[in-house]
Amino acid sequence: MSIPKLPLGKAVEWLENWLTTYLGPLFDFIHAVIGGMVNGIEMALTILPALVLILIITALAYWIGKWRMALFALAGLLLIDNLGLWGPSMQSLALVLTASVLAVLIGVPLGVLCAQSTGVQNTVTPILDFMQTMPAFVYLLPAVSFFSLGVVPGVIASIIFAIPPTIRLTNLGIRQVSPELVEAADAFGSTAGQKLFKLQLPIALPTIMAGINQTIMLSLSMVVISSMIGAQGVGAYVYRAVSQAKTGAGFEAGIAIVIIAILLDRLTQKLVKPKKG
Amino acid sequence: MAIIEVKQLTKVFGHDAVRALPLLAQGWSKEKIAREAKLTVGVNRADFRIEEGEIFVIMGLSGSGKSTLVRLLNRLIEPTGGQVLFRDKDVVKMNPEQLRQFRRKNIGMVFQKFALFPHRTVLANAEYGLEVQGVEKKERTRLAMEALELVGLKGWEHHRPDQLSGGMQQRVGLARGLANNPDILLMDEAFSALDPLIRKDMQQELLELQSKMKKTIVFITHDLDEALRIGDRIALMKDGVIVQIGTPEEILIQPANKYVERFVEDVDLSKVLTAAHVMRQPEMIRPERGPRVALQLMRDSGVSSLYVADKEMKLQGVVTAEDAAQALKGNQSILEVMRREIPRVSPDTLLNDLFELMSGTHLPVAVVDEADKLKGIVIKGAVLSALAGNAVPEGDGIR
Repeated sequence: MSIPKLPLGKAVEWLENWLTTYLGPLFDFIHAVIGGMVNGIEMALTILPALVLILIITALAYWIGKWRMALFALAGLLLIDNLGLWGPSMQSLALVLTASVLAVLIGVPLGVLCAQSTGVQNTVTPILDFMQTMPAFVYLLPAVSFFSLGVVPGVIASIIFAIPPTIRLTNLGIRQVSPELVEAADAFGSTAGQKLFKLQLPIALPTIMAGINQTIMLSLSMVVISSMIGAQGVGAYVYRAVSQAKTGAGFEAGIAIVIIAILLDRLTQKLVKPKKG
Repeated sequence: MAIIEVKQLTKVFGHDAVRALPLLAQGWSKEKIAREAKLTVGVNRADFRIEEGEIFVIMGLSGSGKSTLVRLLNRLIEPTGGQVLFRDKDVVKMNPEQLRQFRRKNIGMVFQKFALFPHRTVLANAEYGLEVQGVEKKERTRLAMEALELVGLKGWEHHRPDQLSGGMQQRVGLARGLANNPDILLMDEAFSALDPLIRKDMQQELLELQSKMKKTIVFITHDLDEALRIGDRIALMKDGVIVQIGTPEEILIQPANKYVERFVEDVDLSKVLTAAHVMRQPEMIRPERGPRVALQLMRDSGVSSLYVADKEMKLQGVVTAEDAAQALKGNQSILEVMRREIPRVSPDTLLNDLFELMSGTHLPVAVVDEADKLKGIVIKGAVLSALAGNAVPEGDGIR
């Protein structure tokens, strides 16, 4: 007995074609917005000489994390510049920041919706599971066919890969607000919006920020994969080094990514911790 | 006029809960409904009125439905059936906007576990109710500061709740409930999480606040002592049903059924009953009467002493049979022989405090008001019989 193979792959390709044909203008619009964002951020990051920006970031690191952090930022960024990877690093950073900002802008409201309706939560959760477990390479392909090669499909793929923690932890953070506090807010006649902004979001903030931190880290981990579809940046250096078996060059580019990752992680983490006053 | 009138108010938890209403009307018990309809009866057809300015205590053990009942009043829990009339408007029929206005303007709440907002300062907590109403910043700070001052938290307004002790946290809760000046304050086991001593202080303070503000307070508690101390009237709940409503004295002296009786049997009556409960009509004589009249009066009413009071009922002293006989011999007036040093207490004196006084004297104790007017007398026998649970106060003995 043989059951014919289900045409699942065919169906997906048909859907892809249909979307490209009928939603072309929408994709063009998204392409323009994301492309503009990436270029804008990249320009802002490179308009100043590398050294000036390094000093600014070091000052920021000092303000947030005192000496240890400032020292690390200074040494790390100088090393990147010294290795000749400053430009591509800023290109990658622009991609990561764009993807992270969009992921937060989409993810936090979605998380809020999930927290307010168990129905929405039950619909969204399996989709998030799907997004996180499906190998990233697989959705690079439709991203390319909708947005062509370059940085934009890289951003899209990064958002898809990196958004789940923000949604999940926003949902969790709001649901963890003690029912007694929610009841108190209700008892004083709060509207749903007042309850959200005056009670639930402020109390859930540390949890939400932990999700955002995860999102930034995950989108950074996408820079190498994005480089396969033509996104420029330090990821492309890694990819090239891997394909040409140049261990040294690969290591240099890899170190640059690690330094950026540690800086982004510590900066966003410290930002969350409530200041003791 | 009653500020709140509750009619047949019912809450049933479970799927399609309305189907329990006819069953309850047929007299099915909570257990039977749980067993056969798989529904949980929280509150079973409660009927009561709360008068403006009184402290109405709802008392019951855990699971008796008292916390559910109080949440039906402001619809934090949706009633399954019945009415809650606030000044003749049915709260149950209000739309979401009307309900929100009702909660903002008319009914405040204080919670068992304080439920303070941890990310806000004491002041910002007290401001919350005004803030959601859209009262402008300056005005709401002024009102919140007033409320904080009222509960004795002046100087703490910029602290976070977690920097305060339990008693102080609940003061913040109280200030938050009072800041928007509601007509009714719901207090759900508000003092249950506090240490016993702090708890007593808070009860005392609540009574003092109440004498200043004349709010209507609905107070939930599982503690009979607390109910007796602060309640003007008490509703006793069991299994979602209100078993008895009455003044503390009525509940103690005439328990409606075995349940109430068992509930109150451990109460130390000496800490609840006062001189006013056990005093009786004194045998009196005017000072200008002669000793002969005094002796005649004593003989007629079978007592051995008379209280001397003037036209305004102001207590002058006491005269015994021996004194009167001596006066008759020596041709003296009552005023000359009567004893002026007699034990006096106010009507609010607890029996507990009466014991000591009574053990030191053979005479009955006189009960007088602030103006020294004689209200009644307390004899030893009446105190002992009241403590034995047989208090049958005379009509004029009750406040």
